[in-house]
Amino acid sequence: MTPDLIIDIVSGVLLFGGSVFLVIGAIGLIRMPDVFTRMHAASVSDTLGVGLLVLGMIVQAGFTLVTVKLLIILAIFFFTGPLATHAMARAALAVGLEPVLFDRNGRRRRKELELIGEFTSAQRLEPPPGRSAAPKKTAAKRSTAKKSAKKAPVRRKPVSNRGKGGSSSKR
Amino acid sequence: MMFFVAAVAVLVALALAVVRALAGPTVFDRLVAANSIGNGAILLLALFGFLTGRPEFLDIGILYALLNIIGTIAVLKYFRFGDLGHRGGEEPTS
Repeated sequence: MTPDLIIDIVSGVLLFGGSVFLVIGAIGLIRMPDVFTRMHAASVSDTLGVGLLVLGMIVQAGFTLVTVKLLIILAIFFFTGPLATHAMARAALAVGLEPVLFDRNGRRRRKELELIGEFTSAQRLEPPPGRSAAPKKTAAKRSTAKKSAKKAPVRRKPVSNRGKGGSSSKR
Repeated sequence: MMFFVAAVAVLVALALAVVRALAGPTVFDRLVAANSIGNGAILLLALFGFLTGRPEFLDIGILYALLNIIGTIAVLKYFRFGDLGHRGGEEPTS
């Protein structure tokens, strides 16, 4: 067993695992029924797929400048992947998309429904108890913002997202 | 050898993401797919560098990663607030 062989084996295993996770994530991106679950599937390939592939390349590269660049890429992925997913899910909820809450027989799933209701009502009501620093200020800001929005004649309607979603106003 | 396998896997993932980007019913589906396509492009760039024995394209990969996140956030902001100059912070509830 020469060191070269060991390096090849380790990096090969890492690269193969990364490829498998990448393809699994892509298949989930196709087959999932819903925007939110699709994000969930895409995050698999964002974290494990990319992470394992880059790790395999690092093992192959050794202690060079290439390793530093790969580590920078890995760090960027680690910080921006969850950020993008979170922003997308939040924007989708705010625009009025609803998660698919029916199982295969058409029954509604109570538990998830309650969770979603809780989330949206908590979002609509006011600041979480954690930040007591400036609740008044935010409330005032919000009311002025509402007033100005009322005054302004043109209020943008949220994108109704082509069919599937429906509006969030009924909750 | 393993790099070739990984490159093929990245190409398969890219093809599936392109299918989702073309078929996705909502804007956010297309955005998720676009994000995946950007990640696949970065990976393919790095793997191609290793395949040809000249892994010097990684700077471009870093740049692509930064542009990817900025583009995603910008498109999200546009579709959520309807305006790129919106100051944000407030939920656009109806």
